[in-house]
Amino acid sequence: MTTIESIQTKQSSRTLANQLARFRELGIILFLVLIVIGATIAQPRFLSSFNLRSILLWVPLLTVVAMGEMMVIITRGIDVSVGSILALAGIIVGMIFRDFPEFNIYLGTLLAILIGLGLGAINGALIAWVKIPPVITTLGTLSAYRGLTFIVSQGRQIDPNHVPRSLIHWSQVGPLGINLVPWVVVIAVVVAILTFFFLRSSKAGRNVYAIGGNQDAATLRGIPVAWTTFLVYAITGALAGLAGVLYASRFGFVNPGETGVGFELTAIAAVVIGGTNVFGGSGSVLGVVLGCLLLGTINVALSVLGIAATWQLAVYGFVILLAVVVDAIIQRELRRASTGE
Amino acid sequence: MNSKDTSNLATQTAAPLTSEQRTSTSQPYSRAKELLRSLLLRPEIVPLVLLVLAFIGGSLLSPYFLDLRFLLNNTSTYIEIGIMSLGMVFIIISGGIDLSVASTLALVACIAGITYFDLGVPMGITLVLALILGGLLGYVNGLLVTRLKLPSLAVTLATLALYRGLANILVGDDSRPKLAWSRDIVFPDWFVGVNQITLIGIPVPLFIFLLLAVLLGLLLHKTVFGRWVYTIGNNKEAARYSGVPVEWVERAIFTLAGFLSGLAGMIMVSRLSVARYDHARGWELDVITAVVLGGVDIRGGRGSMLGAVIAFFLIFVLRTGMGVANVKAESQLFVIGVLLILSVIVSNVMNRFRR
Repeated sequence: MTTIESIQTKQSSRTLANQLARFRELGIILFLVLIVIGATIAQPRFLSSFNLRSILLWVPLLTVVAMGEMMVIITRGIDVSVGSILALAGIIVGMIFRDFPEFNIYLGTLLAILIGLGLGAINGALIAWVKIPPVITTLGTLSAYRGLTFIVSQGRQIDPNHVPRSLIHWSQVGPLGINLVPWVVVIAVVVAILTFFFLRSSKAGRNVYAIGGNQDAATLRGIPVAWTTFLVYAITGALAGLAGVLYASRFGFVNPGETGVGFELTAIAAVVIGGTNVFGGSGSVLGVVLGCLLLGTINVALSVLGIAATWQLAVYGFVILLAVVVDAIIQRELRRASTGE
Repeated sequence: MNSKDTSNLATQTAAPLTSEQRTSTSQPYSRAKELLRSLLLRPEIVPLVLLVLAFIGGSLLSPYFLDLRFLLNNTSTYIEIGIMSLGMVFIIISGGIDLSVASTLALVACIAGITYFDLGVPMGITLVLALILGGLLGYVNGLLVTRLKLPSLAVTLATLALYRGLANILVGDDSRPKLAWSRDIVFPDWFVGVNQITLIGIPVPLFIFLLLAVLLGLLLHKTVFGRWVYTIGNNKEAARYSGVPVEWVERAIFTLAGFLSGLAGMIMVSRLSVARYDHARGWELDVITAVVLGGVDIRGGRGSMLGAVIAFFLIFVLRTGMGVANVKAESQLFVIGVLLILSVIVSNVMNRFRR
């Protein structure tokens, strides 16, 4: 009896999640269109190819990190250390480029991914096996990794003339000479597609949703909860490491006190706006990509409309809050509707 | 109502604090052993031992460390962390978390600066308004957590960005008083430099911290309200069924945390005689570290005010020691971060022994 009931509620909660996801994706698109129309009316040159390019340059870095953050939040966790991992991986690889100018950039990128993987694995091990709650673990490593970034670099930034030209080209030139869509966009799209198929088609990916939905049930079904948790944080670290290289490519420098500071907030904002449930168990790649696009568009719109950069943090906070609150209300209403008044 | 309160108190005396009384037996030998055991397993013991070690280490590093006046005066530099951690104790024991405390501090400081300089409100009234505002910002957190049944982590992460973002909008990258203003436009003399004044040899900020620690310690450990906080942290559903006004208590402690952040903000403005949007940036980390290091269980339901107070002094000694040893503030981050993780590991291990 009780099992039937619990299965039924589980099924209804799944359709609930699906409904919500569809609703959310449409909602973001609508919001996106509204912002574009509003910004274009206020400032007709908003739709210039220059601004479209700015959006396309802003989004990849965020998308790569947000894909990891989304998986973490689906498992009912959180990772606030991504900005510091990004900086540490970026600064180490940047120092290698500075000291060995002939160093292969693909090898450097691989190295950054591996450094991120290692740092993420430390997070994952502490969370999965030492059983330290995710907030505490990653809050600790947020500052530990940031401190390391300063110690390793001795507080010096990697200057633009030390970042290889070929790396900067990733943000300037696109495939087949289509410069409107630079290579960094292609990288982000590939990461998003890989994440999509990982979550949808691989066993480990399905397990990510399972442990976020109900950890005890997942354990009972024989899902390796600890291992999956570890994997998710390690992957997130690797993606943040990759983002470190993308940062160097996009901005042409890596600064220990500036690079990636507060980036965890942007990533979490994109994930939450994308309809990922803060209680874990649901979230979609498409939604989060749309969330990234929305944030990128808002960001460029703010600067095109001449609104000072000082507004950025408050806008992020407000948008996170709005998304979380709207989700909570919609979910409550949907639940009410599905259980029948 | 009154009889209900006392019955609640009576049924809940089996909470963590009195456990050593229950385990004591009649035989004197095992009794002494039990006493020692329970003493060693008290949550305060880890920060206390570390504090002594840090103190010894610090005094080896620099002779200033044994100068009591130097140390006492220096407490003011980090006192805001201590004051904010007093509210965080309640929130973490109740099973929640508040990441927005440092942002609340900054927003209160900036709004106070604007109220005084731009709106011309007298400083006394500004001070009162600032404290109310702090409580209000905390109440907003509590409202979002209880009304929408959202995790406190998600809510306070959003307000962490929102509150500091608003502070940034209000004063920009400038400050109050503005950098461009003439040197005569400053906060009033009576308000500035609270850390320069001493009461019975103790700097006023430290005095305020200790006084609040005693008062809030009594509230946490000796009143029904405090019991409710533990009960909620142990099992929210059970607390609700046993008649604890869960939502009300949660709103109250978030309001308390906001109020303490506001107070800390005003102390910081008085100390630095300037309000900036980046005041106390990232200090939520130190606050949470102090509380967790003090033996408060991050999963809720266990911990004491004394532990958090000791842990604040530990962080203070560590930070001061590293400062004296010329360790840069950014590199200190590494130590504080590692310390946070280690403190949870140690408390996990001790919990295992306790069972």
